[in-house]
Amino acid sequence: MTKLNYREALRDGLRDALVREPRAFLMGLDVGRYGGTYAVSRGLLEELGPERVRDTPLSESAFVGAGIGAAIGGLLPIVEIMTVNFSLLALDQIMNNAATLRHMTGGQLAVPLVIRMTTGAGRQLAAQHSHSLEGWYAHIPGLRILAPATVEDARGMLWTALMDPDPVLIFEHAALFGLEAELEGAVTPVDIDHAKIRRAGKHVSLVTYGGTLHKTLAAAETLAKDGIDAEVIDLRSLRPLDTETIIASVKKTRRAVIIDEGWRSGSLSAEISARVMEQAFYDLDAPVERVCTAEVPIPYAKQLEEAALPQPETIVQAARKTVGTHV
Amino acid sequence: MSELRDFVMPSLGADMDAGTLLEWRVKPGDRVSKGDIVAVIETDKAAVEIECFMTGAVERLIAEKGTKISVGTPMMQVRVEGDTSAKPVGQQVLQPTPTPVVAKEVAPPTPTPAATIEAGGVRASPAAKRRARALNVSLATLKGSGQDGAITIEDVEKAGRAPRRDMRGAIAALMERSKREIPHYYLAHDIDMTNALAWLEALNERVDVSERMIPAALFLKAVAVAARAVTAMNGSYAGDRFEPSANVHLGVAVSLREGGLLVPAIHDVDKKTPREVMSALSDVVERARRGMLRGSELTDATLTVTNLGEAGADTVYGVIFPPQVAIVGLGRVTERPAAVEGKVAVRSFVTATVAADHRASDGHLGARFLAAIERALQAPEAL
Amino acid sequence: MKTEEHSPEMKIDLLRQMLRIRRFEEKAAELYSAAKIRGFLHLYIGQEAIAAGAMRALTAEDAVVSTYREHGHALARGVAAAAIMAEMYGKAEGCCHGRGGSMHLFDVSKRFYGGNAIVAGGLPLALGLALADKLAGRARVTACFFGDGAVAEGEFHETMNLAVLWKLPLLLLCENNLYAMGTAIARALSETDLCKKAESYRMPAERIDGMDALAVAVASADATAAVRAGEGPRFLELTTYRFRPHSMFDPDLYRDKAEIAEWKKRDPLPRHIGRLKEEGLLDAAKIDAIERAVADELAQAVAFADAGTLEPVESLTRDVYARTP
Repeated sequence: MTKLNYREALRDGLRDALVREPRAFLMGLDVGRYGGTYAVSRGLLEELGPERVRDTPLSESAFVGAGIGAAIGGLLPIVEIMTVNFSLLALDQIMNNAATLRHMTGGQLAVPLVIRMTTGAGRQLAAQHSHSLEGWYAHIPGLRILAPATVEDARGMLWTALMDPDPVLIFEHAALFGLEAELEGAVTPVDIDHAKIRRAGKHVSLVTYGGTLHKTLAAAETLAKDGIDAEVIDLRSLRPLDTETIIASVKKTRRAVIIDEGWRSGSLSAEISARVMEQAFYDLDAPVERVCTAEVPIPYAKQLEEAALPQPETIVQAARKTVGTHV
Repeated sequence: MSELRDFVMPSLGADMDAGTLLEWRVKPGDRVSKGDIVAVIETDKAAVEIECFMTGAVERLIAEKGTKISVGTPMMQVRVEGDTSAKPVGQQVLQPTPTPVVAKEVAPPTPTPAATIEAGGVRASPAAKRRARALNVSLATLKGSGQDGAITIEDVEKAGRAPRRDMRGAIAALMERSKREIPHYYLAHDIDMTNALAWLEALNERVDVSERMIPAALFLKAVAVAARAVTAMNGSYAGDRFEPSANVHLGVAVSLREGGLLVPAIHDVDKKTPREVMSALSDVVERARRGMLRGSELTDATLTVTNLGEAGADTVYGVIFPPQVAIVGLGRVTERPAAVEGKVAVRSFVTATVAADHRASDGHLGARFLAAIERALQAPEAL
Repeated sequence: MKTEEHSPEMKIDLLRQMLRIRRFEEKAAELYSAAKIRGFLHLYIGQEAIAAGAMRALTAEDAVVSTYREHGHALARGVAAAAIMAEMYGKAEGCCHGRGGSMHLFDVSKRFYGGNAIVAGGLPLALGLALADKLAGRARVTACFFGDGAVAEGEFHETMNLAVLWKLPLLLLCENNLYAMGTAIARALSETDLCKKAESYRMPAERIDGMDALAVAVASADATAAVRAGEGPRFLELTTYRFRPHSMFDPDLYRDKAEIAEWKKRDPLPRHIGRLKEEGLLDAAKIDAIERAVADELAQAVAFADAGTLEPVESLTRDVYARTP
């Protein structure tokens, strides 16, 4: 067992993929000489050379598009877009090319591309650097969207994603980089098809992913002190959604709270809520609750930012509301 | 070789349904070639020149200037000469081969149970409503414990079925209260069942096995008839006074296989025939054991009967279920020697007891009640 | 350019390719008017010399990335006319099983990568194909066609910069037909000399008369040879003109009729035919023979599309992912 943090886990996963798979290469802004904006790729340029660890200029659309082109040209590119905020500059390539090419060509093309980026708020970076747009991307057929919330997933998801024949976007929550865990020595690929129950419970299902998983687990502990036994589901894959796991849990607990750092309107949480309504309506004992980010551009000031984001207290309140006076 | 062909209003986009003819650029007799502009039409976007895809001579103009013409409608006729592009000159036409398609498995839509709309705007969860239908519980009688007072599945289950988990506790509390609050007095009386049993046997011989009646049905009917006669046994004691009941709803003690006890009521036993009592008894026992009783069945009894004959007890002295004021106990039917018309004979007897609330009645009423039961059983055909 | 490529056969072939495209496009307009073809239809008439000339420089191993005005490129690249027509009919037998239509013709077996309908969107894609070849050590060229409209997009500039920075085997063919849809180049670009833009990225660039098939063929062959030799990307600005509106439902209000007429005098087809006649390579009978062969191919393509089957609706969600969820 080794003690590893999320950042180191990402690096281990990345290094492992590049060493194991000769068709793979990393490309993005400051991934080489700088060592990665989040130091994820530190040391990889020195070890693997500038062809495998390729620095790019500030040309998100061109280097994401080049990743798509290289993928259809037979390679397995791993493109790092520094943060989700800059992915908007490459949205055309992601949406109009990566997501469409297989279908638009009648199945002639595959785009085995991985795009990594950080996501999320919580570090007082204000409105332009605090987006959580993974739910947006999860709207797009043709893409797979992953959100590793644990150190183990941070290490193992990349390989599974790289082996997937379709374009996969991995959203690494910036607030998790210091998260630590004890892991077995070798990098082991993880399942990206299924959600994972991180805490079993029977009174209410708390459905979440990424950065809010740990706030949700904290909320579940608080609830436990009041005798409310919450089940916590980590979605892990935002597209496709593992609806089966969600519905099975909700049918058991008959209550659901969805915790999503995205804005509420037209969000992933709205989608999950709709699916619960469609597939578990008669099993519900309370309306589905949602804890989302307040509908404001994320403010800079600490207390305002905290108030805007889902917090353990707001999750606890929502869970209590669904339970009523039963427990 | 020439052929007369229609020139039709072209479709210039999926959003174009029609065009208005502004101007003809040709007249009959003119020669036109493929690609020539032949007319100008007004569309929603702008005036557009439209071209001809034929080569030949204009035979006749059909459309008139200023008229709106739908896409595909003939506008003029052209006499076409020696067209080379219309048909394949070559040998065989390429035959398309359909690509096999892997059909996606489409899951058939899952039928969703239709919800019964609960009258009177009851706020209940979908799950609660569904369970209420299954248990036949009326939501209107329930008080919700959920969000904003909504009725939840637990509320329904509490009403629809004795909460198994706490049954022992519930029995304990009730019996403790009974013994603490109710001054019981006890009377016993042996009843000769010989005639009643013979009547029953004769009856059962005439009917199908499923229709057969057991002595318990007769006992119940007899108790109900007696309760009509001695009203001080049938009712409730609350607020320091006894309230006789207008109805005779007999509680039947049903022991559960997994332990515990339920006492569902059979309504209006006095008004039922023994056969009706029999079927009500079978139904209520069966549902009690499946946990499917209605809430009202657990609260409506006005008098209880406990029969431990099958369990082998000869005599049973019950504990009253508050707020009722009496409980009838029936033991095992046994054959005993008895003096009949001066001779010793073997007869079938049952010991009937009553435990009654001394606040509501005195012993002589209890004795009259037992006697009334005996009387009823001596004339089963009248029940 | 090597002399054998100036052979009479090569010159005749240029004519044949241009005629194939011209007749195909004329038929497409007719079929669109008859509502057989739907969606958007952008015709290439007037620009045929570029597809015909440039495509000759490429081998079967090279890759081609194009725009939504790509029927001509697809035909010249060798994508079957029947498969193209069937695709425009939305039929199962189309090159993309009716998923793409006129704007998205793809044929991976010909390394023909579309069919990209976001202006300049194909440029980064071509960049990536070239990058893959370079990383894999393959001496292949990726040719990317785009219009003058794309030059105003950021993706053009990002691609130009990266192509040179990474010295990629990329041939950038800008078909300057003077209009980005309805906006004249002078109304869109502060600098209308497109070669200057390329040069600012240190990319060798040349302006070629795109109405002259032979000139395009020669310049493309030279540029491709340099790219293939590992000298990095090349930029060709091919001046040209589309004779027809931007798309079928374009009233063409932004161009003078006189301007169009003036450009039609430079029509690449009569021009090429005139040259070949002068050189004694062509007579009326030979032209007729080529026309008949072209008409045959086209008639068969239309018959193929007409006889084609519709994709079953059950296949709707196929090919969104490798595994249909």
